Amino acid sequence: MEWLQWFSREENTKPLALLIFFITFCLILIYVFGSKKRGERLESHKDIPFLDEDSDTKEAKE
Amino acid sequence: MAAVDVAGTEQYNFDIVRKFTIMALVWGAVGMLVGVYIASELAWPFLNFDSPYITFGRLRPVHTGAVIFGFGGSALFATSYYVVQRTCQARLFGDGMASFTFWGWQAVIVLAALSYVMGYSQGREYAEMEWPIDLLIEVVWVTYLIVFVGTLMKRKQPHIYVANWFYLSFILATALLHTFNNLAVPVSLFTLKSYSLFAGTQDAMTQWWYGHNAVGFFLTAAFLGMMYYFVPKQAGRPIYSYRLSIVHFWALSFLYMWVGAHHLHWTALPDWTSTLAATFSIMLLLPSWGGMINGIMTLSGAWDKLRTDPIMRFMIVALSFYGMSTFEGPMMSLKDVNALSHYTDWTVGHVHSGALGWVAMITFGSMYHLIPKLWDTKMYSEKLINIHFWLATIGTLLYITAMWISGIMQGLMWRAFDDFGNLQYSFAESVAAMHPFYAMRAIGGMFFLTGMLLMLFNTYMTIRQSNSQGSKLEVNPANAVA
Repeated sequence: MEWLQWFSREENTKPLALLIFFITFCLILIYVFGSKKRGERLESHKDIPFLDEDSDTKEAKE
Repeated sequence: MAAVDVAGTEQYNFDIVRKFTIMALVWGAVGMLVGVYIASELAWPFLNFDSPYITFGRLRPVHTGAVIFGFGGSALFATSYYVVQRTCQARLFGDGMASFTFWGWQAVIVLAALSYVMGYSQGREYAEMEWPIDLLIEVVWVTYLIVFVGTLMKRKQPHIYVANWFYLSFILATALLHTFNNLAVPVSLFTLKSYSLFAGTQDAMTQWWYGHNAVGFFLTAAFLGMMYYFVPKQAGRPIYSYRLSIVHFWALSFLYMWVGAHHLHWTALPDWTSTLAATFSIMLLLPSWGGMINGIMTLSGAWDKLRTDPIMRFMIVALSFYGMSTFEGPMMSLKDVNALSHYTDWTVGHVHSGALGWVAMITFGSMYHLIPKLWDTKMYSEKLINIHFWLATIGTLLYITAMWISGIMQGLMWRAFDDFGNLQYSFAESVAAMHPFYAMRAIGGMFFLTGMLLMLFNTYMTIRQSNSQGSKLEVNPANAVA
């Protein structure tokens, strides 16, 4: 279990944390903006608030 | 009324949304009234009337508790229950549990306020409630989580709309924050007194990890959830960029957790912790402004609505204040700026530019959109909404300008030295210099409170109007069919 000692030193864990967070951030960006097809699919979700139009209001009933 | 009840019962649980909506407005009026009173006490101390029950120290948590948890919390319960049902196209999970969250939450607000006035407080900012009330909050909050997640799980819409991500992060983060900040050992079962599990710097660190994340998740993420649903609905067009909202969500959720220690610059806290918090605070500017731009740009191509629609005006001004506060916050987290601003009224002004300008204004806008839908009618008076908007805007500006001047002046007076190296001003001199700005702040608060009372009146008349329309339909069923 001596290898765990490596994590107890700040000079190791600081750059490691930076790498993990930076890579995660890049992966999110690639996922969100990397593919045109996926981008269109994601953007289509913006219409969800309008899919359930106000069917229970007086205006709609009229 | 009868018609909407039928629709509501079959498809959605709107009854719980109505209850929380009404209580949000009631607590808003109560909390702001107490706020104006304590602001007036600072300007005109005779208002203490030598009574311990109404001193600033006891009434201040009554004010913060009523506006944050009473007004803000009830508004979040109301809108989250509404938004999750409409965007999942599913009825709320567990009607009984939802009802319990309502009565439980109202009991928390009342018990907390009474305990503060009686002098019971555990002395943790925004978490002054003593341990029995903390336990009640824990039970209510877990029930809230079950109701919300249960509704998400029975959704008919395959995708979970981004507003619900923000609401869920708020529920989860608040559960974590509340639990760990309130870890304490009661002195005995029959006293309200308890001792924190943490001591010294760790205790302060835990307090501000809670305090700033209460701002981040309770007062920001959750209200962004409100923004992501109600701004597009009121504008009649979808959010500017859904992809930006995804980056906004993950970046904001990740960065907020680290910044609490910027409340403890120049204290016993290790310097690296302080620097880390300031660094993350600066980075937080990016997702905050990304979200603000996403909200404001939703109106792209329909800017004329700002001239004609007071509800839209509330929302866009709220987003503008959100942008301004989230610029000011990172700036104040810089150690050198903080050396001037900390412990002064500048902090109070900053909090209120967020609380009045962003949180309250986006709530007003969303509520004005929501109330006619809940009671199936139109708002009683659009003119009153417009007057409310101007009262709220002028009130906020008066408040924050007064606090900027007062705070910076305080900071400069406290650090001024004369030629011999002695402090140039006594503390009492700085207090005397602040007096005109304390009066100005109280007047700003009065403007804001008047707007809130107008909203309460407008809502009351709207509900009355809806009831009378409903009873007319019941008298003549033929009208109902038509």
